[in-house]
Amino acid sequence: MSVDLRDLYQEIILEHSRKPKNSGVLEDATGHAQGNNPLCGDRVTVYIKLEGDRIADARFDARGCAISVASASMMTEILKGLTVDEAIAAFDRFQVQLTSKEAPVLSEDDELAALMGVRDFPTRIKCATLPWHTFRAALAGRDDNQITTE
Amino acid sequence: MAANGTYPIDRIRSDFPILSERVRGKPLVYLDNGASAQKPTAVIEQIRKTYETEYANVHRGVHYMSQKATDAMEAARVKAQTLLNADSEKEIIFVRGATEGINLVASSWGRANLSAGDEIILSVLEHHSNIVPWQMIAEQTGAVIRVVPIDDNGTFLVDEFEKLLSPRTKIVAVTHVSNALGTIVPVADVIRLAHAHGAVVLLDGCQAVPHVPVDVQALDVEFYVFSGHKLYGPSGIGVLYGKEALLNAMPPYQGGGEMIDRVTFEKTTYAELPFKFEAGTPHIAGIIALGSAIDYLNGIGFDAIAAHEHDLLTYATERLSGMNSVKIVGTAAEKAAILSFNIHDVHPHDVGTILDYDGIAVRTGHHCAQPVMDRFDVAATVRASFGLYNTRQEVDALVDGIKRVQEMFA
Repeated sequence: MSVDLRDLYQEIILEHSRKPKNSGVLEDATGHAQGNNPLCGDRVTVYIKLEGDRIADARFDARGCAISVASASMMTEILKGLTVDEAIAAFDRFQVQLTSKEAPVLSEDDELAALMGVRDFPTRIKCATLPWHTFRAALAGRDDNQITTE
Repeated sequence: MAANGTYPIDRIRSDFPILSERVRGKPLVYLDNGASAQKPTAVIEQIRKTYETEYANVHRGVHYMSQKATDAMEAARVKAQTLLNADSEKEIIFVRGATEGINLVASSWGRANLSAGDEIILSVLEHHSNIVPWQMIAEQTGAVIRVVPIDDNGTFLVDEFEKLLSPRTKIVAVTHVSNALGTIVPVADVIRLAHAHGAVVLLDGCQAVPHVPVDVQALDVEFYVFSGHKLYGPSGIGVLYGKEALLNAMPPYQGGGEMIDRVTFEKTTYAELPFKFEAGTPHIAGIIALGSAIDYLNGIGFDAIAAHEHDLLTYATERLSGMNSVKIVGTAAEKAAILSFNIHDVHPHDVGTILDYDGIAVRTGHHCAQPVMDRFDVAATVRASFGLYNTRQEVDALVDGIKRVQEMFA
């Protein structure tokens, strides 16, 4: 097995973790949820602002590793402008690509492709999925502090 | 090499088969002993020997194998008694681990002795296993938990502890050595002050027993717990020491076989110590192998082990202190075998993954001690914890690994 650290810590991931997009509290959010990884103590709060059926804005506030911060940063970029159905489809697609046994089928210009290196580091998959699970909870109006990555 | 030139490090390392495993082609550098220690051949072979030559249920049958297994298990109890210098083997209760030992005391002693308004004193340094059982019994009894603070170095503040003591204090449950920071708690002072206020003391000895000599009679401590797997023995076995009079006065923790004297549907009378607290068939092979681990450590000598680990801790502290953007978390004057640190702007999980890539095993996270993390306002730390088989060269490997982390995140 040849797994390279650079597959995990790609430049685009490091860039997102150093300078995350959409980081901070969204004051006029219509929904938010806090995600929590009880194993490591990492926390992320995801805020969304719905206008009708569309996600007008999305932000996050995280205390976490490079992978979880980059994942949250990329996620919020992707979510902005999507309809709720499209966002749920994006969540499902990300889940499947990251956790299925088959190799992911993503085009190279798909930003999420950069996160697929996590597949080779099973202990870190939860870091990448936590923001997405938290987003789903924010969408569903759940904010019970029990969002985990299981 | 260690400062102690006579320490037989090569022979010791060859006693641990897992140390010759390779991780992605690189030698395993195992610096996660605080989570669980590796096992010497003596322990591994003892488990095999027990199942091959001396196994049956204990304290049951009249047959040969049952007697042989019982003798081996009771011999291990005496080894644990000697390790802690307990007055009697009746005071050695085998449990699954320190967690079960603390739960036993919180539940059994707590239900019998705590009532509304009574106070339980813990410290900020506690592992969750020495917090949650007390919260559970406090909720049931109406007792209140008080918490001893630490200073910015992670030092247990004896003066602040003294201020918390009052006639309401019923039990003081603190760690002997902090698992997250390595701080050695001045337990002799804690016990003396607690006794002066009529309180009993439980010490969580998980991180202490492998590294510092423990004498429960000299300490005059009421309860002491440790886990076998951190002492180079099997997981799933541990020891609760309790003063005989206290254990005798406590109700059983679990009901079942072995803990009874006579059972009828009208009334059951309980077995004598230690069996009153050992319901069900115990981890027989694990107990016997824990005895082998104690023999193995005595063969090297606890003083020699402590000196070797102290040298490693001093060397590692020196090397990491000199590194840019590395901050050591926990700098108490008295420490044992544990070095917690953070690298500026790099999350411990990322550090852990990059070190692991080079075969270096460290713990990253909150170390089941979230109040400590909150005290230092960090989410997590990287923790290197040393054992009797670690070397200065492994500390150097850690330092090189940290440099690679810094390069990647530069």
